[in-house]
Amino acid sequence: MNFILDYYNYWIVVFLMMTGFYIVISANNLIKKIVGLNVFQTSVFMLYISMGKVNGGTAPILVDGVTLYSNPLPHVLILTAIVVGVATTSVGLALIIRIKRAYGTVEENEFEKQDDAI
Amino acid sequence: MGDLIDLVLLAMLAITALQMIFLKDLFAVVMLFGIFSFLSALIFINLDAVDVAFTEASVGAGISTVLMLGTLAITGRKEKKSTHSSFLPLLVVCITGAALIYGTLDMPPFGHPNNPIHEHVAPRYIEESPKEVGLPNMVTSVLASYRGFDTLGETVVVFAALIGVLALLGVRRQEENDVPESGFKAHHVLHVVARFFIPLIILFALYVQFHGDFGPGGGFQAGVIAAAAFILYTLVFGLSRAFSVVGPKFLQVLASIGVLLYASVGLFSMYKGGQFLDYSKLAADPIVGQHYGIIIIELGVGITVFAVMLSIFYAFGSQAERSNIQ
Repeated sequence: MNFILDYYNYWIVVFLMMTGFYIVISANNLIKKIVGLNVFQTSVFMLYISMGKVNGGTAPILVDGVTLYSNPLPHVLILTAIVVGVATTSVGLALIIRIKRAYGTVEENEFEKQDDAI
Repeated sequence: MGDLIDLVLLAMLAITALQMIFLKDLFAVVMLFGIFSFLSALIFINLDAVDVAFTEASVGAGISTVLMLGTLAITGRKEKKSTHSSFLPLLVVCITGAALIYGTLDMPPFGHPNNPIHEHVAPRYIEESPKEVGLPNMVTSVLASYRGFDTLGETVVVFAALIGVLALLGVRRQEENDVPESGFKAHHVLHVVARFFIPLIILFALYVQFHGDFGPGGGFQAGVIAAAAFILYTLVFGLSRAFSVVGPKFLQVLASIGVLLYASVGLFSMYKGGQFLDYSKLAADPIVGQHYGIIIIELGVGITVFAVMLSIFYAFGSQAERSNIQ
């Protein structure tokens, strides 16, 4: 049981990462690919935050009488990464809208066919 | 107890992610993604990362979902059947996954206080930051003071993303005559509830902005929450009325003001004889100087994030409105 608890978080992170990866490489629809990328991204966040956790620790906000805090550094890195993540996602979505306007579709094989026809 | 919550929530997260693969209805996929974000926010709370959970709940579940729905409104909600086989991707994913699982066995066990990650700078941040920076929230101290240069870079990235979106989509000029009334004009309940909630959301955003030094919160979260208030306004009252409240041009100016405010604090501390972003020099007492510096740069971050998020939403909204006209 201890062995499972020691690595459970990391295994779930790998599972989520692979789910996101699978969606990105197998999906044909660009929006679904973006969702897959976001799942992948969140799994990386989860990995960092899991590493920063200390058993028996508390959130890194100073309170009298508490000596054990979780590691604040991964929190800082991920907090900013989330906001940057949504900003870059929106650029991706904007590109999808342009593709839709140019080709009339957001299915990968369909606009590749149109490209080949040209 | 914490372990049990962790086990259950992570399992739910895995199920949600798995279901996204099989669904063909993109609207449902995006909704599942919202659920996925909320679940991960809960897990972040359980793992003591309250600031991160705050950000994930407002950004991941709020803004990303709204933007994806806005894109769906233009591109259509059905995914067509894929023509290529799913065998090769599955094989690649399984092999990569197996290699990564094998790799995790070399990781230090979860939650151990003596893990390498807790050995280097972290003890210094935990022990010294309340004395050196004088704030109870260590995340804010590290974000705004120790790693202030990093955060400046991230604010610039957010600003650059706005430039990218505006270059791709632009914001449609206001033309009074051909604009159809968007928003929910006939829904009186929505109007009343929105009028009641919007001031409260803005008030909460201000609280998160200025209380971020002492509790969870800060510029990033406050900016997103304030943007959410105006997004609600736009959804209920329509784009053209929102443009007359906060115009797109004004937001673009605001976005750059935030970044410049941040950078000018850095330059001012150089002028005072310190290094770039060394807030200790801003006042006679270094702790007071740190306080001034952090409040101003958090304000800069908040202004930029607010303006960027709302501008991006305007760009998507005006595109969706254009496709309604056609």
